[in-house]
Amino acid sequence: MKRDHHVILRVVAKALIPVISLYGFYVHFHGEYSPGGGFQAGVILAVSVILYSLIFGIAPAMRAVTPGFARFIAGLGFIIYVGVGFWALAMGGNFLEYDALFREEPGGHFGQHFGIIAIEIGVLFAVAGSMLTIYYGFAGRVSEIRDEDW
Amino acid sequence: MTGFEGATLAIDLLNITLLTLLFIIAIAIARLRSLFAIVMLSGIYSLISATWFVALDAVDVAFTEAAVGAGISTALFLSAMVLTARTAKPETGARRIVPLLVVIATGAVLIYATIDLPGFGDPNSPANTGVGTEFLARTYPEIAIPNVVTAVLASYRGFDTLGEVGVVFAAGLAVSLLLGFGERSLGASVRREDRLPTRSDEEEDV
Repeated sequence: MKRDHHVILRVVAKALIPVISLYGFYVHFHGEYSPGGGFQAGVILAVSVILYSLIFGIAPAMRAVTPGFARFIAGLGFIIYVGVGFWALAMGGNFLEYDALFREEPGGHFGQHFGIIAIEIGVLFAVAGSMLTIYYGFAGRVSEIRDEDW
Repeated sequence: MTGFEGATLAIDLLNITLLTLLFIIAIAIARLRSLFAIVMLSGIYSLISATWFVALDAVDVAFTEAAVGAGISTALFLSAMVLTARTAKPETGARRIVPLLVVIATGAVLIYATIDLPGFGDPNSPANTGVGTEFLARTYPEIAIPNVVTAVLASYRGFDTLGEVGVVFAAGLAVSLLLGFGERSLGASVRREDRLPTRSDEEEDV
């Protein structure tokens, strides 16, 4: 094994990466009250994994968050979003009409809150999964070039 | 009006400083040939743009610019750069001049267009009199969440956001179709890394 030249970088990153992930979730669940939402939170979560892979190598990152899982949540997020839309249709409203989700009386806001949080989770999954898939697509090819034995 | 003029002056100075920095970085990016330096500078460009958006009170845009522009774009550009050469070829002849002319013409058109725009924060501008005030007035009674941006993004324009999520998903799909998922090309090196600690194993391979 060669000696580790990046020990300070690794130690700092180990402390920072959980904070970045946690901040991503904060941005997501605080989106009602402050700037941010599913898009930004998804990007921040993806960045925390990408930072891990930049510092500890792509293979450990792929073992921690597998490319299959990234693809799965990318598709799942989009399905959640569309699903909320069809749920509203099934309950007799228009596509994505959150007021219709629970057939509330006028003036009730639970459907709106639920709908917004549900589609934001869809956005979070789709963005984080897609960004990781793109990154893995690029980064996964690198060793193919470096290794001469292919 | 106590101290208000001073605050305006400070904001003007801040805007001028940030825009000057952006201008210098843009010139540097155009002149550099090292792709690594260009990627790093474009990250810095995004971060300074985000700061400038904060100065313009567009915190949501600033946040997105900082996360997407400075964060993930830099990482994606870096990983794309590793697949290609590390320096750009210098352009020669007409290829040097034509883009400059196009940029100057577009810039002149844009500056000409700004003459018709309302002033920054003008209370009588269309944005502040028409649909903007409508959303501000209706969001709390109808949706009851404090952040109007989220309400517009997720509820009033939910269909629009669905399209955006579709675009992001399609981008991921397109990269996967073009480059593969990455796991197969990585497979060989992952298997070798797993075996690294045992020395004898490697000698057997050779």
